Amino acid sequence: MNAIQTDEITLKVENFQLANISLSIPSRKTTSIVGPNGSGKSTLLKIISRLITANNGSVYVLNKNSRLYKSKEFAQIITMLPQSKDTLPNLTIKELISFGRSPHKSFLASRFTKEDEMIIEEAMEMTNTTKHKDRLFFSLSGGEQQKARIAMALAQKTNILLLDEPTTYLDIAHQLEVMELLTYIKAHYDLTIIMVLHDLQQAAFYSDYMIAVKKGEIVEKGSPKNLLTTSFLREVYEIDAKILFEDGYPLIIPNTRRK
Amino acid sequence: MSIKKRRLRRKLMIIITPIILILATFHGLIYGPIPITLSEVILVFLQTGDSVHEKIIIDVRLPRILIGIFVGICLAASGAILQGVMKNPLADPGIIGVSSGAGLAAVITMVLLPQYSYLLPFTAFLGALLTSLLIYLLAWGQETSPVKIVLAGVAINALLGAIMNGIMVVYSDRVQSVLPWLSGGLTGRGWHHLEFMAPYAAISILLAFLAIRPANLLLLGDDNAKLLGQKVELQRFLLIALASLLAGVAVSVAGLVGFVGLVVPHFVRIIIGDDYAFLLPLSMISGAILVVLADTIARTAFDPIELPVGILLACLGAPFFLMLLRKRRMF
Repeated sequence: MNAIQTDEITLKVENFQLANISLSIPSRKTTSIVGPNGSGKSTLLKIISRLITANNGSVYVLNKNSRLYKSKEFAQIITMLPQSKDTLPNLTIKELISFGRSPHKSFLASRFTKEDEMIIEEAMEMTNTTKHKDRLFFSLSGGEQQKARIAMALAQKTNILLLDEPTTYLDIAHQLEVMELLTYIKAHYDLTIIMVLHDLQQAAFYSDYMIAVKKGEIVEKGSPKNLLTTSFLREVYEIDAKILFEDGYPLIIPNTRRK
Repeated sequence: MSIKKRRLRRKLMIIITPIILILATFHGLIYGPIPITLSEVILVFLQTGDSVHEKIIIDVRLPRILIGIFVGICLAASGAILQGVMKNPLADPGIIGVSSGAGLAAVITMVLLPQYSYLLPFTAFLGALLTSLLIYLLAWGQETSPVKIVLAGVAINALLGAIMNGIMVVYSDRVQSVLPWLSGGLTGRGWHHLEFMAPYAAISILLAFLAIRPANLLLLGDDNAKLLGQKVELQRFLLIALASLLAGVAVSVAGLVGFVGLVVPHFVRIIIGDDYAFLLPLSMISGAILVVLADTIARTAFDPIELPVGILLACLGAPFFLMLLRKRRMF
């Protein structure tokens, strides 16, 4: 069963285009989208999450054309952590996470029920942010902010979670913390996770399925073990490197002039 | 600002602002060309007062203060909503052109169709709505950015201002009656103005409370709001229409009174933060305080000449706003 299916998506923006993207993303798995900068990875995520509309083609989410979902209905099954944390207002962590309940609230019955409160508490516990619930968002470190944003997405109770570079700007400790957290909540809630990642090693280790995008086209897809090869690195990133697996963790060792 | 400090500030504002508004109201009842003492004011309300005092207080000062309260509430709420929706601290009914739209409609009514001047508040309100629709059409395309809306507002302001000036030059013989209204003020406003304005004001203020949740969600940014299942473009349009309704109500009675919508929500935001559940009601009360106090000063400071409150507010508001801009980061 596929969580997402895209059918011949095309999008043209000035000097960039996504051409005839057709792909299937498996349900209840972790999928990583990788590729060089400017290859269209984020754009693809935005099209799937309906932030951008493609010029042509269709996206099927849980086997239904994404255009046919109502806004709130859609936000109850799929959400995304955008890359930018640009405009968040200075709220407390709990206030921020509470916004995750919005798709489940109607305009006239917007009060939180006991169930909402429980879901918010649970989201904070799962992400280990309960201790920060009364702190203001901007007073937290980048890693803690990212966990709070993940908690907000969890409170939304979707089946599918998209993340656009969730570890960029974080130090290695926080990167691993975020990846471990995602692994944990994926298993706990049986989620479908789709993320754009820059770190190929992390992408290969933490995903079940990988999709490589280059210049607006899908160039490779498959399981990380099969996909991550020397020829893949040459084809997609144009680098010479060998790949070792150490305790199942992939290591990319570039061939450099410095010996 | 720490969370404890913010909670304390919110509590203090909730307690203090209504008290100040009541004090400002009595201050306005007491001061005027004919000074009346507080005890005489109370006697009037107990219906045992002097009949001259009763006439001054009940027929002149009270309706004017009540109109001032409504005008302050509407302008401050309009500004608070516009600032959030456009993510722009410079958004204000005056700045994006909504007030000018109301103003032009009013001028057209007064100068070209004086036989319909009894419809004035209604046409001003229509002018505000049409202007917001025009801004909507100009600024909304594939992607709507706050900057586009403000730029559209600047263009609309210039255009409407030019048309208004043109009308006033061509019909210079009929302009006399329009001037006091244009300079913005509450001079000579009485019960019949209040009666006309009250239903519009009441409806738009009630609607403003429905804006709290959508306005908060828009603060998260367009992408986040969309991902939370919000129809962002529609909500933004409805909020802007609501802000024009509020501004139109105020302009129709008080003319072009600027800076209330700009300064008040700014000031309140600095004290208590961005959450509209607090920002909106506290801005409303603070707006009412500002207009009532300013109007009392405007009509007594240069006795026997009454200054239009719009002029006073601009003189107070502009430097205050510049000071705020220097101190505070933009959004």
